[in-house]
Amino acid sequence: MSDQTMQGGTASVPGAQVAPDTSDHDALSIHAGPQGETLLEIDHVTLRFGGVVALNDVDFSIKRGEILGLIGPNGAGKTTCFNVMTGVYTPTSGEVRFNGKVISGTKPHKINQLGIARTFQNIRLFPEMSALENVLVGCDARHKTSVLGVLFRAYRVRPTEDQLPDNGFKRAFAKVFGMSRHVLEERGGRIRAMELLKFVGIADRAHELSRNLPYGYQRRLEIARALATEPELLCLDEPAAGFNPAEKEDLMDLIRRIRDLGHTVLVIEHDMKLVLGVTDRIIVLEFGQKIAEGTPDEVARNPKVIAAYLGEPDDAA
Amino acid sequence: MDFDALISGLDRHTLDGITRGSIYALVALGYTMVYGVMKLINFAHSEVFMVGTWAVLGVYTVLGVGAGESLGIVIAATLLALVGAMVASAGTALAVERIAYRPLRKKGAPPLIFLITGIGCSMVLVELFGQVFEVFFGPPFGRVTVNIPSVLETKELFTIPGIDLTITNTRVIIIVGAVLMMLALDTFVNKSRLGRGVRAVAQDPDTASLMGVNQNRVIMLVFVLGGAMAGVAALLYTIQYDITKFDIGFIIGLKAFTAAVLGGIGNLRGALVGGLLLGIAEVYASTIWSSEWANVTAFVVLVVVLMFRPTGLLGESLGKARA
Repeated sequence: MSDQTMQGGTASVPGAQVAPDTSDHDALSIHAGPQGETLLEIDHVTLRFGGVVALNDVDFSIKRGEILGLIGPNGAGKTTCFNVMTGVYTPTSGEVRFNGKVISGTKPHKINQLGIARTFQNIRLFPEMSALENVLVGCDARHKTSVLGVLFRAYRVRPTEDQLPDNGFKRAFAKVFGMSRHVLEERGGRIRAMELLKFVGIADRAHELSRNLPYGYQRRLEIARALATEPELLCLDEPAAGFNPAEKEDLMDLIRRIRDLGHTVLVIEHDMKLVLGVTDRIIVLEFGQKIAEGTPDEVARNPKVIAAYLGEPDDAA
Repeated sequence: MDFDALISGLDRHTLDGITRGSIYALVALGYTMVYGVMKLINFAHSEVFMVGTWAVLGVYTVLGVGAGESLGIVIAATLLALVGAMVASAGTALAVERIAYRPLRKKGAPPLIFLITGIGCSMVLVELFGQVFEVFFGPPFGRVTVNIPSVLETKELFTIPGIDLTITNTRVIIIVGAVLMMLALDTFVNKSRLGRGVRAVAQDPDTASLMGVNQNRVIMLVFVLGGAMAGVAALLYTIQYDITKFDIGFIIGLKAFTAAVLGGIGNLRGALVGGLLLGIAEVYASTIWSSEWANVTAFVVLVVVLMFRPTGLLGESLGKARA
């Protein structure tokens, strides 16, 4: 109840009141490599759990700067595909290459540091942290100062003019001894985290515990947290689940703006309208196998895809 | 039954209880932090405390200090003993994690294996000090109680008028020291970048590592912090009791574990509440009946509290350690 009153009673649909953020976010752009080159390759990946084949010789690649859709009926292996890419599972055979480097078998946090981040089908925020802190955990992944560096503030860097403290004595001290990189990173992280919350449109409730946020906010917060790790490749697992048509429009806009920042986006989605509307290219999985690949138009006309979604005419009982 | 003794000396007994409870609480932090992050009771933690008390003895022996030194030397020796105990305890905790627990984690061992491994580590450490070191180094190691020089002698500071409660320097140091360490730890976990990582792993380990948090590093950090707190507790314990022994950790560890469960395991502030409550309950019980009843009372309190609040008094997790 208190959540509702804090919004001035305007919100009955969670997340619906989010105004699309149109301000300039140049500061959030990441330094991405040449556009159009292969960023991630899933090279003939097979994953077996005992006798069950979850992925069967799946083979596709993602080019830098594109928005790629991964679709398929329930149980087709889409989320499993994400799990292989992010290091949760190691493929039984085949390999995953990111920027030409084999990453299958690497630990999840290392893969994240290489530049792949994801969101989850079932929202998995840190429930007892504020929205801002959730994003800060993502920012921390990029920070370089070690445990000892943090404890003793040992690593000093020369601050730029606008990083210098205002206080005269502190200012003189910082000029002579430099400033702790940890302090600067922490401050930079906070600014960046706040920018990201604005970017996804939920900055108004930055200091609330994430478990108290409305559903639409939580979905956006997951995206902000993933973006905070500065991923070259952002993987969204059913980001529009539970959204109404207006929210889906907002989301499509957000995905395009994320691409414009320099991220490559891979999106799993059931909603065909959203997938066809936002992606450059689509991969279709069924029963752990790739059955089609192409532009949205090609995929939408592909008889195999239509059969997978609507069922074969002859087994319609 | 002697309720009169309790009532007439209530202030003094309460102060005794708080002193004892502060030490329990500091040790309890180690159990509660490891549990919060790994959902594991580290039964070797009692020996982490024990190693700390020996480190205090070691530092005093190396420095060659005893009772009746000048104030400057007392302060310097005590501070060095503090550092020595913290390093020794944290090092022991870290060694247990690296040598015993991490290989199991890598192999994905079930929780029971961790538990029995912890008990095994505890026995190894006890016998190291109880037998092995005696063979190699002779006394003071062995199965006897060892006196630690009371470098920091008990002195009366002042008496609170009206209730005639005498405050000594050691009490002040123990209580203030314990509270300061706990405040520092609480601030660290809730405010700092590393603490954020600890809370993230406590709330959802898999998601945390997908967001770039290095789980192993967080686990090491938690063992080191818990160990360092046990080291502080070890120094404070030796200030109060002036002894150590190879199996000194057992009872203290058991009580600290009880304190952690009493306050709500996984909860830092719970460890403080549980420790103080347990300490006070024990002292009251030994005044009313006799000191043999202290342990019984401690566990009766635990059972009764858990009957009504199965998750402990403050019952939440390290991840939820926000006020």
